[in-house]
Amino acid sequence: MAGSNVADMNQQGVRWTADQVLALAPDVASRKAGSKLGAAGPWSETGSSSEGAVWGLCKGSGSKPYQTVVDTTGPAYKCSCPSRKFPCKHALGLLLLWAEPDGADGTVPDTRPPEWAEQWLADRRKRTAATGGDQSTPATAKAGDAEAARRRAERRAERATAGATELEQRLTDLLRGGLADAEQAGYGLWEETARRMVDAQVPGLASRVQELGAIPSSGAGWPVRLLEECALLHLLDQAWLRREQLPEPLAATVRARLGLPTSADGPPVRDQWLVLAQYDSAEGKLTTRRIWLHGVASGRTALLLSFGAAGRAPELALPVGFSLDAEVSSFPGTGQLRAALGERFAAPEPTPLRPEAVNIADATAAYGIALRDDPWLDSWPVTLREVVPVQEDEGDGWQLADADGKFALPLSDRAVTRPGLWKLVAISGGAPVTVFGECGHNGFTPLTAWPTEEATEAISLS
Amino acid sequence: MNAMATSNSTAPSDISDAPPDAGTAWEELVTSALLGTDRRRPQVSVGPGQDLPGALLDAAAVETVRRRAGLRPTSAAVLPERAAPDTRPPLPAAARRRLALLLTDRPGAGGGRRSTAPDLTELLPQWLALANDHGYAAPAELLPALLDAARGRTDLRPQALRFAGPRALWLARLNPDWKFALRTAPGGKGLPDTGDAEAVQRLWEEGLFAERVALLAAVRVDAPEVARELLGGSWSTERAEDRLMFLDSLRAGLSDGDESFLERALSDRSRNIRATAAELLSALPNSALAARMADRASSCVAMDPTRSAITVEAPHACDAAMERDGVVSQAPSGRGQRAWWLGQLVESTPLAAWSARLGGRSAEEITALPVHDDWRPELHAAWCRAAVRQRDAVWARALLGVPSAPEAGGPGAVSLAERAKLLAVLPGTERADWVAGFIDAHGLSEAFQLLGVCTLPWSGKLGRAVVDALNIARDAGSYPWSFSGVMGLAERCLDPAETSRLESLTAISDEPEDGAPGAVGYWAEAFQRLVGTLNLRAAMAAELTPREAVDIPA
Repeated sequence: MAGSNVADMNQQGVRWTADQVLALAPDVASRKAGSKLGAAGPWSETGSSSEGAVWGLCKGSGSKPYQTVVDTTGPAYKCSCPSRKFPCKHALGLLLLWAEPDGADGTVPDTRPPEWAEQWLADRRKRTAATGGDQSTPATAKAGDAEAARRRAERRAERATAGATELEQRLTDLLRGGLADAEQAGYGLWEETARRMVDAQVPGLASRVQELGAIPSSGAGWPVRLLEECALLHLLDQAWLRREQLPEPLAATVRARLGLPTSADGPPVRDQWLVLAQYDSAEGKLTTRRIWLHGVASGRTALLLSFGAAGRAPELALPVGFSLDAEVSSFPGTGQLRAALGERFAAPEPTPLRPEAVNIADATAAYGIALRDDPWLDSWPVTLREVVPVQEDEGDGWQLADADGKFALPLSDRAVTRPGLWKLVAISGGAPVTVFGECGHNGFTPLTAWPTEEATEAISLS
Repeated sequence: MNAMATSNSTAPSDISDAPPDAGTAWEELVTSALLGTDRRRPQVSVGPGQDLPGALLDAAAVETVRRRAGLRPTSAAVLPERAAPDTRPPLPAAARRRLALLLTDRPGAGGGRRSTAPDLTELLPQWLALANDHGYAAPAELLPALLDAARGRTDLRPQALRFAGPRALWLARLNPDWKFALRTAPGGKGLPDTGDAEAVQRLWEEGLFAERVALLAAVRVDAPEVARELLGGSWSTERAEDRLMFLDSLRAGLSDGDESFLERALSDRSRNIRATAAELLSALPNSALAARMADRASSCVAMDPTRSAITVEAPHACDAAMERDGVVSQAPSGRGQRAWWLGQLVESTPLAAWSARLGGRSAEEITALPVHDDWRPELHAAWCRAAVRQRDAVWARALLGVPSAPEAGGPGAVSLAERAKLLAVLPGTERADWVAGFIDAHGLSEAFQLLGVCTLPWSGKLGRAVVDALNIARDAGSYPWSFSGVMGLAERCLDPAETSRLESLTAISDEPEDGAPGAVGYWAEAFQRLVGTLNLRAAMAAELTPREAVDIPA
């Protein structure tokens, strides 16, 4: 799509491209399943209307075909299949069928929706019209609710204080007896402390404590790493216990680090947001999806988090290398890049734009500066200019070296063990590439790469 | 350990050697922490109301943040050599997306019963062949997945590595998982001009095995005698398994000029090499070996006195000269020694010799002759092997016979496996017609192997024969999985243009009264997958067809 097309994106009746459709897939599996259904085979009675609706019947394994409807203005989906993914593979397949350039050939003709589709579409339009006006009603909430919420927050803070105090005591005991003892005590010690933090409703402390447990078995140099992490945990405890003395933005950072509830109350910033990277990590039963955005006009970098419980894919999915006309609101706290996605004004579309890139020295400096606002930061997002992935002279390590072969950033252990490393090496072929990733004390974790020569396409390494 | 910190990261035991700077203070803290503040008092200032561990943690927190904030880049390792440029045109965007999907699909992901969705892994070989026909360059970011796929499936390797191009070889040098590419990659790039004798000689002496195989093939096309000189020059110093591979590569473009080289290889140390050399020589009807074999075979096979049937007198011994010509003297268990020798003599004899030996008869007439004493199966089987080895279409046709003949479907003189090999000798259209005739007469149950040798996509006649036979099987009320092999082949091989004829079969019709329960639904499902796969293949081919930069109108 050409740049001039931005305004048309949301226009009703304009068919999307296959890329735009696939961008909506909640995960790789749905993407694949949807692609398989994006052929005429199982479909019948397909159609689309100028109001932006697409519908069709998809033959599944049962005798009754699934009824699939999509309102592309939302987008919103409805399908009679039992899948709990949104959009489901049928919705994706239907949209692929409808998409440019093939859909207009008559596979999905422009016509009137059948009754079963029309009913849902009409209901939806009614609902949108009803909620459209009063999105900001929370202001009218009763005063009594506010009082109750304040009391709840107070109780939560008391428990957090109890948790932090207990943790301080455990750290003191640990340091008095020595970290060497902790090595012998093993995992159990930390497991138990982590459970106490969960009981105190401070998930941020709980997960940090849990990570401590893995350090003694993490190979050479573990005492240094364990002391570092204990010291930062101590710093966090102390910051919470003396939060009244902190400036409010830093206190907000401490609350966020503790994992206390917080909300994106920053003013919404509308911009063209480049989707720099998207990747998932699994912690227990919870899947956390991180999406890095970069505002073209504002120059801001923002992190969106989305969660999926019990094996479900997180709901939010944005395609790397696309840009999105949308509003983004930040969460409070200094050095906090986390934000929430607000209103989206158009579907994501491919863009040749790239974030501004820096050299290796500036990247480490940027992390150092960010630590002033949030000393608990493990890494900071940067885009490196003209770097070459290089195998280290000894061992299995890799680094990103600048093009003249002087300075380099080692890749993090996490990066070296992921398949994305080989993608990056293949894209480079020994030549410099532009790389976005997270730069920190554990090394650099590449997330997205742009080949330097002519090509403009961003390639996700996750 | 801080991955980037260079000066501050020494282990605690190195403390005594560490210079007296900020690093020492940190090391002191680590030592106190490790041993415990009770045992080793840290040199930290203790605030009012603070205990020693708290003061240690305070100091350590300051140091940790200071160390992290002060991270500096390390020095770079030696930059790698750049990958050779790939000058082929890039893949169209849609084809690139398709390849990514084909490469992420894993067989059996759906588990259990096959669904109505196409099996993408089975389409990868076809996709690669098409992409190579168009001469596209592989997208760099998909090379790791492509190499992983080729690693797991040897049948994919030639096409995959050709498509992957020079950058895949560059990658394979960095990742031991992909070492196979360095041995199997075909040439075509980076090869010197075959006229540049010096460069050719250097690559031949110093190149990787895959490069040398590619070089040999290239030189063989342009100057066969130079290729033989290269091979002859280094022959005695090559490893046996490499010698075998080089010898095998002579199959392409085999000519009478290769005879003297092959004759020498008959005295090789390795038995496999001797056998291969003999086999190659026997495929050269003018070779001395072929003539020697013809002599031996002719003395065993003759017309009987009535001139209406063939008599066979199998050899009584396998002498040293026969063994040198590749005859294996020890028969596999269960086979008669003399029959075993006879078979080897006849299969190495030029087929042209038989007409003279058997009264000027044609191949067709000879194969129709009765053979005394039950020697017919043995003799015909050997002729089949000879026809395949010598790629003799006339004999292949004669041995195959008429596809509709009743014995063609049953356990005739020629097995299905041999038929399939004979078919491969015939031109593509003749092959398809023969198999179509076979299916019309005998149905699908025996057709799987024969279909496997037909060229892609199946011709209209063959395609219709298969679809009709499937339709008949459905009407007969059997379950579709009895035909899953043929179904799978049809998905890969039917011409997508046939799709329209299949649409009507995807509907669920009424159950026949005597049919297997539920079969109708399963058939509809199987046909749906067939149609879906054909559509997908049509889309795949369309995506790979280059068009003049079609921009989506704004």
